[in-house]
Amino acid sequence: MKKDILFIVVIGCGRLGAYLANRLSGQGCSVVVIDQHQAAFDGLTVEFGGFRVEGDCTEVAVLKQAKIERADIVVATTNEDNINLMVAQIARQVFKVPRVIARVYQPERETVYRVMGIETICPTTLAGEHLLGFIRSNPSHSE
Amino acid sequence: MNIVLIGGKKLVYFLSRTLISKGHRVTIINENHDECVWLTRQLNLTVIHGDASNPRILEEAGVEMADEVLAMTPRDEDNLVICQLARNHFKVNRTLAIVNDPDLEEVFKGFGITAVSTINILATIIEQRARFDDITNVIPFEEGKANLTEIVLHAGSPVVGKPLMSLDLPPDALIAMIIRRGEPIIPRGQTVLLPEDRLAVMTLPGTHGLMIRTLTGEAD
Repeated sequence: MKKDILFIVVIGCGRLGAYLANRLSGQGCSVVVIDQHQAAFDGLTVEFGGFRVEGDCTEVAVLKQAKIERADIVVATTNEDNINLMVAQIARQVFKVPRVIARVYQPERETVYRVMGIETICPTTLAGEHLLGFIRSNPSHSE
Repeated sequence: MNIVLIGGKKLVYFLSRTLISKGHRVTIINENHDECVWLTRQLNLTVIHGDASNPRILEEAGVEMADEVLAMTPRDEDNLVICQLARNHFKVNRTLAIVNDPDLEEVFKGFGITAVSTINILATIIEQRARFDDITNVIPFEEGKANLTEIVLHAGSPVVGKPLMSLDLPPDALIAMIIRRGEPIIPRGQTVLLPEDRLAVMTLPGTHGLMIRTLTGEAD
């Protein structure tokens, strides 16, 4: 593998995980996607040319199977906040992955971990802020 | 002590009962409503219904006043997040996470979270016991980097009747204490071992087997 090609491990192949895996693979990144359900990989399109690993991402052995120690970036997108937070920390601290980000739905939990120095993204606050902006810019609101 | 337990089933019930009987104040956080109702009927404690990995639920349980937080759910990731929230957000000094996947015991420690793998403890006990029936107790330290083993001497043991200084004991091993007819003795070089002595033996893994064989006279 040439070193200028980004190697990205996507944890969880749900809607977000599959979307990222398809897009990143289409852009020429080297992508491995992990999910414990075979059926989840149905979300991958013809755009995806990477590898799939079927297994439980909370098992260190499964992460090794995905060659996580060689990853440039790890994105944790399972639908469980706590799994994402744990796997992100394992990727960062055990496997020394340079950039790691975890999706966290619950805003309070996200705040605590951001303070701890773990990169997180919270769809709830993102959508919330976006919608608040939309509501504020609504002309019928300004009388 | 104020102790907050997170989890359910018999494990949390019996542990709470034991702690309460010793005079501790116990709060349980449990996600299953029926189990919460049942626990409040059985025991004199506070039960909070909810997800303990949510900071609001931990706050409701009064976690910032807790001396000890024990995360014992069947899900390792939940136990990690609960302990990290308790330590980092609520400044609880002592937290303990039970891990199912034994590989995670080391990993959690790397994150600053004390973790105990019941699988590792059981495996150690089973391994040691299977080899030597005389061993009644094994306590591993630092995931088995050192072991404290309790072992009973029989009349046929090659070390019986001899002072400790004359024994050819392996390095990295120590007879730390002798229990003789119910009385503890801290041994010295002149101490002579007798049949039915119960020894507390400190060993490192490399010499554990050799030390036990030296004391029992059993071949491997």
